[in-house]
Amino acid sequence: MTHRFSRDDSNNGKPLLEVRDLKVQFPTPDGLVKAVDGVSFKIHRGETLGVVGESGSGKSVTFLTVMGLISSRDAHLEGEVMFKGRDLLKLPEVEMRHIRGKEMGMVFQDPMTSLHPMYRVGYQIAEAVLAHEATSKKAAWGLAVDLLGRVGIPKPAEAARRYPHEFSGGMRQRAMIAMSLVLNPDLLIADEPTTALDVTVQAQILDLIDRLKTEFNAAVAIITHDLGVVAEHCERIQVMYAGRVTETGTGDDLFYRGHHPYTWGLLQSIPRLDAGQTQRLLPIKGLPPSLIFVPPGCAFHPRCPYVMDVCRTEIPTMRLEEGEHAAACHLSSEEQQRIFTEKVLQQT
Amino acid sequence: MTTTSQPSTQHVGVRPLLKVSAVRKYFPVTRGIVFQKRVGDVQAVDDVDLEVYPGETVGLVGETGCGKSTLARVITKLHEATAGTLEFDGEDYTHYSRKQMRPLRRQMQIIFQDPYASLNPRKTVGSIIGDPFRIHRIVAKDRIKGSVQELMERVGLSPEHYNRYPHEFSGGQRQRVGVARALALTPRLIVCDEPVSALDVSIQAQILNLIEDLQTEFNLTYLFIAHDLSVVRHVSDRIVVMYLGKIAEIAPQADVYRDPKHPYTATLLSAVPIPDPELAKARRRIILQGDVPSPINPPSGCRFNPRCPRAQFPICATEEPLLREVGPGHTVACHFPLADAGDLIEDSRRRAGSDSPLPTPPAV
Repeated sequence: MTHRFSRDDSNNGKPLLEVRDLKVQFPTPDGLVKAVDGVSFKIHRGETLGVVGESGSGKSVTFLTVMGLISSRDAHLEGEVMFKGRDLLKLPEVEMRHIRGKEMGMVFQDPMTSLHPMYRVGYQIAEAVLAHEATSKKAAWGLAVDLLGRVGIPKPAEAARRYPHEFSGGMRQRAMIAMSLVLNPDLLIADEPTTALDVTVQAQILDLIDRLKTEFNAAVAIITHDLGVVAEHCERIQVMYAGRVTETGTGDDLFYRGHHPYTWGLLQSIPRLDAGQTQRLLPIKGLPPSLIFVPPGCAFHPRCPYVMDVCRTEIPTMRLEEGEHAAACHLSSEEQQRIFTEKVLQQT
Repeated sequence: MTTTSQPSTQHVGVRPLLKVSAVRKYFPVTRGIVFQKRVGDVQAVDDVDLEVYPGETVGLVGETGCGKSTLARVITKLHEATAGTLEFDGEDYTHYSRKQMRPLRRQMQIIFQDPYASLNPRKTVGSIIGDPFRIHRIVAKDRIKGSVQELMERVGLSPEHYNRYPHEFSGGQRQRVGVARALALTPRLIVCDEPVSALDVSIQAQILNLIEDLQTEFNLTYLFIAHDLSVVRHVSDRIVVMYLGKIAEIAPQADVYRDPKHPYTATLLSAVPIPDPELAKARRRIILQGDVPSPINPPSGCRFNPRCPRAQFPICATEEPLLREVGPGHTVACHFPLADAGDLIEDSRRRAGSDSPLPTPPAV
């Protein structure tokens, strides 16, 4: 294992984060929960990866593990999480603490519960600076005020002296983003950053993340269940189902030439605001599987309308098509193309 | 020009199933513990007029705090209205007592947002769905189980699960229990308060389809409340947009996306992400700045004026716009309704020159 603490490896073509065959399994009294089951992906600087999936697809657990918030004490971990040349899974907690917050920031879903109610917002941001850098309290406070201004909070000097309950939901989420960006991290992980917010505020927050990504030349991972959000804000998208990646590619790949029946199912089950006349939705039948008893073969097979015999026994591997577009499905590419143009495009 | 809410041609001569006139709901804000002094009011719903006709689905959208859920609660008499009248099928029930409400409750049911919080965890789903039968004594005791199982089957639950408890079900299945319970008394009007917002996309589609199927089968009328515009547009015949306790616009389903008249509706629409990368890139968005003002001290005149890219002063800050008709079944409360959606982009661009949304101070 090599330790490279270079701050700038943006131009050597290597991904900032590369996760290889990550497995996270939680032992429970009912059995082993296979929350993440062999997930691999990369994130480069300056790009936004969208991770889409329903509850229980393992999208949050994957990134909590990347952040080191799920460690080998909590779960059985396998695989590699390479971040700037280091395998984070092998790093001791003391070193992880230097990375978390400083090199990787995380924004959680619920800004109500992730801010401490009894400390001033400015203090909570400054605390992150003091924990990682040898600066004076005054300088840290100044940085906090500066960041609050940058994320679009009016009168940042006054706002920094307020408590979280005095902030609205959108302002709290901005404060969270300010906190995660104050140390200029290389990777920002946003776990459902806008799910608790109204659409108008959501647009403001996502717009802000986009701008800050360019400004800081950071990499961003947005975890969401909203296909609209990924279509508008992500360069690459990764769809997850039952702890595995089912399809990955650019927005165009997934929305205009998707390969996996689960991706199709998602596209067909959301009402479209821009639809000419409203059509009946085509929901995916059944329920997502329990992660203790994941169906054998392709985990999606019990819900898949195009299921074949091989799907029931063999786990499909990711098949790379053009560019970086890959899907884990037993259907042949021709068949996928045919179904997509005949059925899916008609509906969406 | 008229100030009533829906003088729409297609409903002439039809008696509305639900008629809400000038309804207000104010929650007092008090200060002091022993000697409570009323210092103001949260004007959650302010002078709302709304008519819902038999067989239609009226969608109610708006951001958090716009009063949509409060309105639902006032309509179902879970809250008492501060002022105004409520009529169900011509019957004024504004001041009915609990006892008087009972026969009406059979005709007016509600489906709640959170299927985790709205089902009693200590009762089996069989008894949850069967309770309305027992309370209203409309089915003989020995036939309750059969009726409940029939209902369960209809909403897509397995009748064998009669004796299970809510925690044994997934979110989607729980919402089906909520639907079955609302259906038990074969009501005429169902108020759906965010029925799918707690569900995953694939499950959300199942429930939306179920809600639609039941409408035709049982000839139901829906008042459908949600913050998700795409969902509301999908299910509704008419859409009511609320802002800060007031109705901003009422539009037929087909018009709302194509031809919004109120600047607020247009900005709300442009904020909804569209799952189509090409369209998303081509679309010009209007990003509203700031937050919804406090309903304790709402802006004077048009409540949207401080955030409106199109506001002209002083009129927008002094005179409250009334709902007026701009097309068949399409009414809007705005002094300067949009001729087409492009107008607003022009307006907001003109504004953007003066105050850039994200100030860019020197780098850290």
